[in-house]
Amino acid sequence: MKKRKADMSEYILRVKDIVKSFVGVKALQGVSLDIKKGEVHCLAGENGSGKSTLIKIVSGVYEKDSGTIEIDGEIQSNLTPIKAIRSGVQVIYQDFSVFPNLTVYENIAFNSELMDNRILANKNRFRQIAQEAVEKINFNVDLDAIVGDLSVADKQLVAISRALINNAKLIIMDEPTTALTQNEVKALFKRINDLKDQGISILFVSHKLDEVFEISDRFTIFRNGQNVFTGPTSELDNESFSYFMTNRKFQETPYEGKPQDEEMLRVENLTSEGEFYNINFSLNKGEILGIAGLLGSGRTELALSLFGMNEPDKGKIYIKNNEVEFKDVADSIEHGLGYVPEDRLTEGLFLEQSIGLNIVAANLPNLSGTMDTIDGEATENEITTWIDNLSIKVADPKLPVQTLSGGNQQRVVLGKWLATKPDVLILNGPTVGVDIGSKHDIHTILKELAEEGLAIIIISDDIPELITLSSRILLMRDGQINEEINSAETSVAELTEKISLDIDQVV
Amino acid sequence: MLKNLVKKTEFYVALVILVIALLIHVRSGAFFQTNNILDILNASVVPGLFTVSTFMIILSGGMDISFPAIAALTSYVTVDVLNSINYEGSMVLIFVMAAVLGALCGLVNAFFIASLNLPPLIVTLGTQSVYRGLLQGALNAQQINMLPPAMGKFARASVYTAEDPVTGATSHLPAGFIIFVAVVILAYFILYRTMFGRGVYAIGGDLVSAERAGFNVLAIRYFLYIFSGIVAGITGIVRSSMNQMVHPTNLFGIEMTIIAGVILGGASLVGGKGSLLGALLGMFLLTMVQNSMLLLGIPGYWQTFFVGLVIILGISITSYRNLVAADKAKTLRDKSKEELVNE
Repeated sequence: MKKRKADMSEYILRVKDIVKSFVGVKALQGVSLDIKKGEVHCLAGENGSGKSTLIKIVSGVYEKDSGTIEIDGEIQSNLTPIKAIRSGVQVIYQDFSVFPNLTVYENIAFNSELMDNRILANKNRFRQIAQEAVEKINFNVDLDAIVGDLSVADKQLVAISRALINNAKLIIMDEPTTALTQNEVKALFKRINDLKDQGISILFVSHKLDEVFEISDRFTIFRNGQNVFTGPTSELDNESFSYFMTNRKFQETPYEGKPQDEEMLRVENLTSEGEFYNINFSLNKGEILGIAGLLGSGRTELALSLFGMNEPDKGKIYIKNNEVEFKDVADSIEHGLGYVPEDRLTEGLFLEQSIGLNIVAANLPNLSGTMDTIDGEATENEITTWIDNLSIKVADPKLPVQTLSGGNQQRVVLGKWLATKPDVLILNGPTVGVDIGSKHDIHTILKELAEEGLAIIIISDDIPELITLSSRILLMRDGQINEEINSAETSVAELTEKISLDIDQVV
Repeated sequence: MLKNLVKKTEFYVALVILVIALLIHVRSGAFFQTNNILDILNASVVPGLFTVSTFMIILSGGMDISFPAIAALTSYVTVDVLNSINYEGSMVLIFVMAAVLGALCGLVNAFFIASLNLPPLIVTLGTQSVYRGLLQGALNAQQINMLPPAMGKFARASVYTAEDPVTGATSHLPAGFIIFVAVVILAYFILYRTMFGRGVYAIGGDLVSAERAGFNVLAIRYFLYIFSGIVAGITGIVRSSMNQMVHPTNLFGIEMTIIAGVILGGASLVGGKGSLLGALLGMFLLTMVQNSMLLLGIPGYWQTFFVGLVIILGISITSYRNLVAADKAKTLRDKSKEELVNE
């Protein structure tokens, strides 16, 4: 066989015409992907577009039906996970695959020790391996710390360090920014650029628009198991990106509904020691109010207080001009409040329960029939109504909610609270981890709801989202409302700067 | 050094052991006498052996409640078969036979748990019932008072003998204690000095991650349940020798005390947490309380009451400490987030 040096030096990974079916469903219909050495390549696509399937094929977890895989110039016919690792492909999974109960050094050293078929465990050697690994990315960490005690960002760095010890040439990162704050994302990007300088290629799998633009040299976009775009980042813009992802054209229009004259919610001098102080604002019927601020600015704590989950120390809450006190969540639901939490997986959904039950979960008191048993027919109707209204894509409402994509899950949470017919709906990060199409749809739904008279509070890190949806934005800092911003008079750049200005000022 | 010590559950369990021991000593004046210590160590051999294997399984996120049934079944079958041929040979064959039978019982557990991925609690609840049923139904087991002579000799063999200076009563540290020590050393070596043992911790932490990291998860899980079967087989023989009889049912129920001891010692029921030392201390605490009731002249029926109390109290403290630790970790995390912001 003739070795072609030129080819070997340019690409770390070349996959061609990969086809993969699962019980008759074609997940990949002949996709190709080339990754150059030392480049950051982004693989984008909506949920179900085949991104994960391709990653699993490249890392040897799934076997391809047909097509070729070439890693560093060598054609790989029977790729297994161990073979993939040996040839330099490392995957950093979304959950990082760490052992929360073990130390940092063990987490980092295990893989390579197992690769070397070690029988005996040797702490000193573990530590030495780990030390070398963390030094490669200037990761400052106590090697003896228990990984479960680390922040999400640090857990990810443990996973990255671990990937590097096995002479990784290509690191595949699956949705690496999902659980990170903006600052953590910035720190991660710096490290990714460092890796790139060391000649390591990164395949960045994401559907978060702004991020991928910032970090990637080139793009590949999948839709329904097919390539729809491959090329340098400069050839893409927001609009074409969305189009390639969804095959739909989106026009994000700002919410133009006028708030009605009826006040729904008013907060006076609300204070919870150590969390937020002297919060004052009011919200009218049909109005969308945005709350911006860094993590830890008190925004989530404020929302929880409004929802009866965090009793404030001082101040008053008025609903329709009546002073109220929320003892618990049931209280606030009764007063017409709904809350869509930040983390829908742990706070918003019963993942193993059916889609239908999740939708009616907050509204069961209203669906009770004789002797307080659940009225089956009314429940069924309620479920169908919301699945239709929110166009949730379900095969069967009896399936567990965890079988849905992120966007559809978020709609279920939304449906759950809309079913209680609230007057005021508080949403915390309504489109986090949701693909573009669903995001657009959720925005449309929220705008319609506001037009119908619902008063909405949106807490979000997504600044374009805040500006599009809300008329006023409260900027929170250190537990106080720092500024009230009129959305019509600001821009994404200005608001971003105001929020990040916070960071500089904290110092 | 001291700071690290104070963080550990083992430290607190040891402290409680010391306090209770002192209390008993003050009341009865007899706790710290060599005889009493030897009696407690003697009583710790059987629960101690069970604790080692049960701890390893709980550490991996698994569960085994079938070991008393395995111990009863294997010791009965071994003694019955050897009696029928008038076996007069050494202890080695007796142990080997019980261990092999135990390994087979463990293999059945392992197959359902590791290969078919069924819930360990349910599987061993089922097999426990099957093993008991085999013993009492199919084999129609009765108490056997005639043991192979080697077992009598094994029971009388003493590592150390103490005589009470006042009453002249003697207490022995039996040969079974050596077996217990050997199993502890073996388990310690596996858990802390081999990749295989680190794999037990890894599986308990996150099974999927362990697979991705390259641990042979299937082999590790098979080993654990088979090991538990082997230990149960050996323990059954040790116990039968010490009691000079084989009894088909009197071990049943011990599984809950063993599991309680393991949890008391800091292990988590979801796996991944705890140490062998802690589990053994937990077991020792319960054994000691049980044993010392007699010294204090407390009637037998109060024993279960107080053991229950110790279990509830101990586990509450352990859980509370875990909660505090989790809280502290969260504060630390928040702090590091702030620092990141400050950068």
